Amino acid sequence: MSALNTVKVEFQSHSANEAFARSCAACFAAQLDPTLEELGDLKTAVSEAVTNAVVHAYPAEIGRVLMKLRLLEGNVLEVTVKDWGCGIPDVEKAMEPLYTTGGEERSGMGFSIMACFMDKLHVRSVPGRGTSVVMRKKFSTRGKP
Amino acid sequence: MKITGSCREGVLTLRFHGELDHHVSREAMEALSERIDAFLPGSCVLDLRDLSFMDSSGIALILRAEKKMRELDGSLRISGVGEQPLRVLRAAGTDKRIPIESE
Repeated sequence: MSALNTVKVEFQSHSANEAFARSCAACFAAQLDPTLEELGDLKTAVSEAVTNAVVHAYPAEIGRVLMKLRLLEGNVLEVTVKDWGCGIPDVEKAMEPLYTTGGEERSGMGFSIMACFMDKLHVRSVPGRGTSVVMRKKFSTRGKP
Repeated sequence: MKITGSCREGVLTLRFHGELDHHVSREAMEALSERIDAFLPGSCVLDLRDLSFMDSSGIALILRAEKKMRELDGSLRISGVGEQPLRVLRAAGTDKRIPIESE
């Protein structure tokens, strides 16, 4: 599907960039005239995906995180969060609710919340090579054609 | 992110301000634990009316508060929850184990 508009943002896996990434995604989504609920859902899902890269992809180092935002036909926004970190050995297991390797500070609900707040979620990961999380959400047209 | 608090007649109210994500979660968890340990309250209220954003890091923090209050044989409830944090709490099923009063 060809994109009507695209933005790519690359940043380091500092936790301070979690807020930057979700604000950046929300700014891009503003062109869709989103409701507050849609904007909140998008920011939450982006925050979860970027936090995963910060916490799990680069546990002992600072690495690169790429966020790609694509506006598609039909008021659909696609968000890709990609890292070149350690990868996930068992994606299916990692996506189970409450499963976490992050200790008491993590709830293990990241992927569940991404799946709940976006319409589509796809995770590709190769151990030692990195992870790519692709999410899509269709925004309401609020009465517009 | 800031947590302010007061304790009256055994009820500790902790008010959260700003955005709660992984970046601030360790500091927030320490602030919450310190206050519960200092006051040893019979019940604890997490007042989220000034919390503008929360992701699943907030769920971990709330579950920690619940665990600490259970160890004290006390209770925990959440009040003043805005729309976005409420959607996260519901998605995680937190509303099924902790009483939540929305705004």
